Amino acid sequence: MLDWLQNVGKKTLHGFESLGRSAMFFIAVVQGIGVAFIRFRLTLREIYSVGVLSLVIIAVSGLFVGMVLGLQGYVNFAKFNAEESLGIFVALSLVRELGPVVTGLLYAGRAGSALTAEIGLMKATEQLASMEMMAVDPIRRIIAPRFLAGIISMPLLAAIFSAVGIFGGYFVGVGLLGVDSGSYWSQMQANVDFSNDIVNGVIKSVVFGIACNWIALYQGYDAVPTAEGVSRATTKTVVRSALAVLGLDFVLTALMFGDI
Amino acid sequence: MTTRFMEIGVGLFVVMGGAALFVLAMNVSNFASFNSKEGYFLTAYFENIGGLKVRSAITVSGVRVGQVSDIVFDPERLQAKVTLRVDNDHDYFSLDTSASIYTAGLLGEQYIALEPGAEDDTLTDGDEIEFTQSAVVLEEIISKFISNASTS
Repeated sequence: MLDWLQNVGKKTLHGFESLGRSAMFFIAVVQGIGVAFIRFRLTLREIYSVGVLSLVIIAVSGLFVGMVLGLQGYVNFAKFNAEESLGIFVALSLVRELGPVVTGLLYAGRAGSALTAEIGLMKATEQLASMEMMAVDPIRRIIAPRFLAGIISMPLLAAIFSAVGIFGGYFVGVGLLGVDSGSYWSQMQANVDFSNDIVNGVIKSVVFGIACNWIALYQGYDAVPTAEGVSRATTKTVVRSALAVLGLDFVLTALMFGDI
Repeated sequence: MTTRFMEIGVGLFVVMGGAALFVLAMNVSNFASFNSKEGYFLTAYFENIGGLKVRSAITVSGVRVGQVSDIVFDPERLQAKVTLRVDNDHDYFSLDTSASIYTAGLLGEQYIALEPGAEDDTLTDGDEIEFTQSAVVLEEIISKFISNASTS
């Protein structure tokens, strides 16, 4: 019983400890971001590895998600003879929710895990320590450019996801199922608001980008420097990023569209 | 992989992202239509606005000419005061224009339909539309129908 209580206390303290460390890590990264702007070449390389290389999976997933939305929407709207509303349905669900959220989840799996493994291995092979030996701040040199690259890539990826998805929905709805092309676009334009829907979707994706990169980089930086430690950190990154994206999505949706 | 190749990749990525945002803004949302036209404001008082909302459409003969910009309750007249923003190119509404709240379809969104009258002078910014017809509330009709049926 006493052991158990001791354990609970230890776990709680440990949780607070790592939360505090991650917050301090976040502040240090934000302070280092200026350097990432000045030495933009470093950031450019990271945009390539987290953004450009994620492009294929994002575009293909967007296409399929849009096609599924088109199909599901059509089947259900057809019951009410409201096939014209298909465009609104596809566009709003992609721009408001699925675009940022699915991009965030895919990003955590595709890019976040890679970031954690990379930085964890750098730590395990003592590359970070040797940088410190040479008076190079690894947070500025290694972490900050990756963080900035993630924040730049995420909204672009989410926008590509939504745009491709809308064309996927168009392809299924108009091309295969025979919804009128004019009503698909005009209903969409009449009901999707630029500042309410598109801008809020972009804000969401920026927030998810910050969360995913923060988690991925912190887990790598904080990993136990062994092969097992790095693998656990990678798992944690994917799990926690997914939870963070979904949880933050609820909070942001409640703030933006909930009218509470 | 050479640096050049990487830079071209990032450039293409940024262009694609920008193009996607552009498509979302211009093709998907109302961005193109909502900044381009200047409008003038009219007010109208209604007994009951039903489900009318800010940004609901204003139409003439079914053609969209503007949108509802504000809805407040006027405590002095005990009526709902609706502010209508009409696009500047539609400046031909006579003083005796009437405004009615209709529903698109049986359960669709509500909108304001304007019907121009016969006078020569036209409404300008800040004017009030005097002839209004409130929204039809389905429950009222049903309750009237039921009370009629029970008295007869």
